Parts: sequence; structure tokens; C-alpha cells
Amino acid sequence: MRIDKDLVAASATPLVLGILAEGDLYGYAILKRVGELSGGSMQWTDGMLYPLLHRLERFGYVNATWGTSDAGRRRKHYAITQTGREALAERQQQWTVVADALRQVWHASPTPPAVTEGWA
Amino acid sequence: MAAHAELEAQIDRWRSYVQRRQAISPADVDELEDHLREQIAERQATGLDDEEAFLVAIKRLGNLDAVSQEFAREHSDRLWKQLVLLPEKTPDDDGGTPAWRELAVVLALAVGAGIAVKVGFLLIENENVFARNLGLLVFPFIAGYFAWKRRLTPRVGLALLIPYGVLAAALNIYPFSVGGSTELLAVLHAPVILWLLAGLAYVGGRWRSDSRRMDFVRFTGEFAIYYTLLALGGAVLSGLTLGAFTLIGTDFEPVLAEWILPFAVPGALVVAAWLVEAKQNVVENIAPVLTRIFTPLTIVMLLALLGVIAAAGGLVGLQRELLILMDAILILVLSLLLYSISARDSLARPGLFDGLQLVLVVAAIAVDTVMLTAMLTRIAEFGFSPNKIAALGLNLLLLVHLVRAAWLTVGFLQGRRPFGQVENWQTRYLPIYGAWAAVVVVIFPPVFGFS
Repeated sequence: MRIDKDLVAASATPLVLGILAEGDLYGYAILKRVGELSGGSMQWTDGMLYPLLHRLERFGYVNATWGTSDAGRRRKHYAITQTGREALAERQQQWTVVADALRQVWHASPTPPAVTEGWA
Repeated sequence: MAAHAELEAQIDRWRSYVQRRQAISPADVDELEDHLREQIAERQATGLDDEEAFLVAIKRLGNLDAVSQEFAREHSDRLWKQLVLLPEKTPDDDGGTPAWRELAVVLALAVGAGIAVKVGFLLIENENVFARNLGLLVFPFIAGYFAWKRRLTPRVGLALLIPYGVLAAALNIYPFSVGGSTELLAVLHAPVILWLLAGLAYVGGRWRSDSRRMDFVRFTGEFAIYYTLLALGGAVLSGLTLGAFTLIGTDFEPVLAEWILPFAVPGALVVAAWLVEAKQNVVENIAPVLTRIFTPLTIVMLLALLGVIAAAGGLVGLQRELLILMDAILILVLSLLLYSISARDSLARPGLFDGLQLVLVVAAIAVDTVMLTAMLTRIAEFGFSPNKIAALGLNLLLLVHLVRAAWLTVGFLQGRRPFGQVENWQTRYLPIYGAWAAVVVVIFPPVFGFS
């Protein structure tokens, strides 16, 4: 199953912040983690991750530092900041509300999944 | 290693291709290359050959146009020159406004500004009235250039015309008493309003956008540099001509004073605006250097000033002229601060220079506090006057601006705030100066009986 691209875009920020909350990572590793977490069904355009990371950096949600990879290349590592953790907590609450509402409405009316297509 | 030579060549070609995108900085390209190589390595591990791995990795990276557009959205400061320079395409392409047509428009507007000033000078006999109208005469040509360049909508045009009309009416209908201080204040403050209106034209009406406002700050700094360069060049040229003519025995001075200066001085304003637009790349490299040179020097100057005031042993003795001069110094410091903030990469980490900037701001706060004390003392001693209230208001505005800037900079240096907050404070505070200038021009004269 492919996830709709608007839904991927909407979940990108909390997902990246959540992954960084597990520990510092660089871009490629973040994307790999996204793939693992979603079983490969959330496909990002790789290049789009970087503008997103830079935006999070500008908001002060993450810190970036240049380091070196095992192969000796320049590599930028990202770490979540305190502000980032606060933002993540807020996003989590929002998503919980959304998920909760969806769950309730889907449990209340046993509609076939076909209807949910239009939602995403 | 030789086996991967072709792959390395392909990556090199990709790199140079990506580097041509103005929105993607060299550091970003490094980051993307690291990503690309990781992806290639992983594909190779699953058995793909170099070329297949490269193709898959490129494909996964996404459409370069879309990605670079996303970078541009995030880093609009890197693009600002492209956005303003190219209404349609690159200047080398045939599409878009041809370079000669823009030059023709600029020259026509420059000559127009000159004619307006010359005609105004001939028609308006009263010197004071002329001084009041000087800005009004030149403004339409600078705003006109931006209106042409940005293709302003009628709504924005109206938003420019109405304040301009109100300002023109106030400056010409008010019965200022001859040599009164409200008139002088109006003459001094009107250009501030006009310049911010020009800013509205510059940002193409998108005045709510912080980044566009910052572009205008950057533009103002660069404009000042270009104008100074033009003025220096002009001064050298006329000095030499004047010298040569004098030796030959011809009196060149009347021609210079009556024909060359009235055209050159306003005309150069339009030309400087155009130069900033067109030759952005040249100055971009100078701006950070200039701010780095002058920030420490200005700190030394402010500290020396404070020292001299302390040595003179008091504030009450401060003369009026000195207070005005110090106001000018504070405005200069503020411009320097704004300009260095606009030239700074907002993602860079706090460094030594940011510390220096904080020192500059704190020194300016100290000078401002001294001045405020002196002013309040004068007001307590001699009572209110339009001059004193105008100066007091300006210094209070400066104090609020500087204190908050210092506070935010401290937060940034401690790593508690992103630099964006320091920037946004500057850009959001700017219109307040315009509002204050409007109060001084429009409200002060009636309140103080046009004295």
C-alpha cells in the first residue's frame, strides 16, 4: 500500500522529530529509518528531506553539525533541541486527537475501507 | 579504484549540474552528495553495477527542479537577487525584458528626476518650501522604477499614492511659520516616510513578509554603498574638471551648480537603485567584509564617546548640537546592525562576530541612555519644545529596538533561540519608525501651532 503524498507531507515533521528524538542521525539514515518504520510504504523523494531539515533548523527544532563519515566524507548530523522536543510533544497531541477521531468514526459506522480512500 | 572511475565522473557531472542551482549552496551539495553516495553504496551491496546504482540513486533523489524549488522556498535569501533580477528568464536568454530596455527606462527616470528637481527649483522661489518638496519631487521616479520592475498591481499603486498625497498635502498646506522648528522637523522626517513607501514598492506590495522586508534592508545598505561610490566618482570628476577649467580661465562653477548637480544628485539615486538590482553579485561579497570592519571600529568610537562624556563630568552640560550629532551616530549604529544582520547567513552558528555585535548594541544602549538622561534634564529645565519631543521619541524608539535586539542576541548566543528571531524583531520593528516619522510630519505642526 502506498500512502498518499499529502499525508506523507503532513506527517514528515513529527516523524523526523520523532526519529531524531531516538538519537542523532544524518540525512540518509533518517530516510532509512522512515522506510523501516513504515515497512517501506512511506516513500519520500530523498532530496526533499534536506529542505525540511533546514527548515526545522531555522525554527530551532534541530541542531546541525558537520562531521565526517567512515569513508571520510563531510557529513551533516542532526540533533533535536529542547524546542524541538516541545514541538514534537505538541504535534503528538494533535495527531493523537486526529487518530482518535478517525478511530471513533470508523468504529461507529462499519463502512468498507473504500470510503476512507477519499479521506487521505 | 579505476573500476569506479566512470562512476566518479558521473558524480562529478551531477555535482556541477546541481551547483548551478542558485538555491542550493555548496554545503547543501556536499550534503546531497553524501546522501547520493550512501544510496549508491547500498544499491551496489545488493548487486547492482555502478551505473544502475547511480541511476537508481539519482531517481530516488527526485526531480532536481522540484527539489531546488523546495530549497529556494526555504532559503529565499539565496535567491533574492534572482527573483528581483529576472521577471521572466535569465538576462542572457532572449526572453524577458531586454537589458537595453531596462537601461533606457532607468536613464529616462534618472533624467526625469533631474528635470523634476530643476523645474521645482526654478518654480519654487522660497527655499524652505523647496526643501520641503525635494523628497516629493524625487520619490515618484524611484518608486516608478520599482513599479515598472515589479509590475505593481493597482491596489499597491493606490497604497503608494494615498500616503504620498497626504504627505504632499501636509507639507504644502500647513502654514509653517518661517524658520520654525516644526518645519525643519517635517523636512527631516518626510524622507523617512518616503523611503519606507519606496520599500513598499520594492517588495512589490508584499510588505507583510519578513524575508521581503529583510531584502529591503539589504537593498538599503547596498543602495547607500552604491550611492556613495557614485558620489565619490562624481566628486573626483567634477573636481578635476573644475580645476582644469579654472586654469584655462573659464568659470565652470555656475554650470556645475546650476546644471550638473541638480541633475546628477537625484539622477544618481535612480541609477544607484538600478545598480543594486542589477549588480547584486559584486556587492554581496563586500557587504559582510564592510560590516566586519566597521562593527569593531564603531564599538571603539562609541566607547570613546562615552569616555569623553564621563570625563567632561556631566550630562547637563551636553549641548543641543552634540545631542543631534549623537542621534545621527545612533542611527548609523542601527543601520550597521541592520545591515550586518541582513548580510548574515541565518543558519550559521553563533560566532565571535555575533558577540561583537552584542557589544556594539550594548554600547549603543549605554550612549542612548546617557542621551535620554540629558534630554529629560533639558526638558525639565527648559520645558517642552517640538525638537525635544521629536528627539525624545526617536531615542525611546531606538532604546526599545536596541534593548530587545540585545536580549534576543543573548538568547541566540546561548543557543536558546534561532537567529531567525533576531531577524524578525528587526523587520517587524521597522514600520514603527515610519509611523513615528508620520506623527512628526503630520501631527506635530498643528499641535505646536506650526511654530
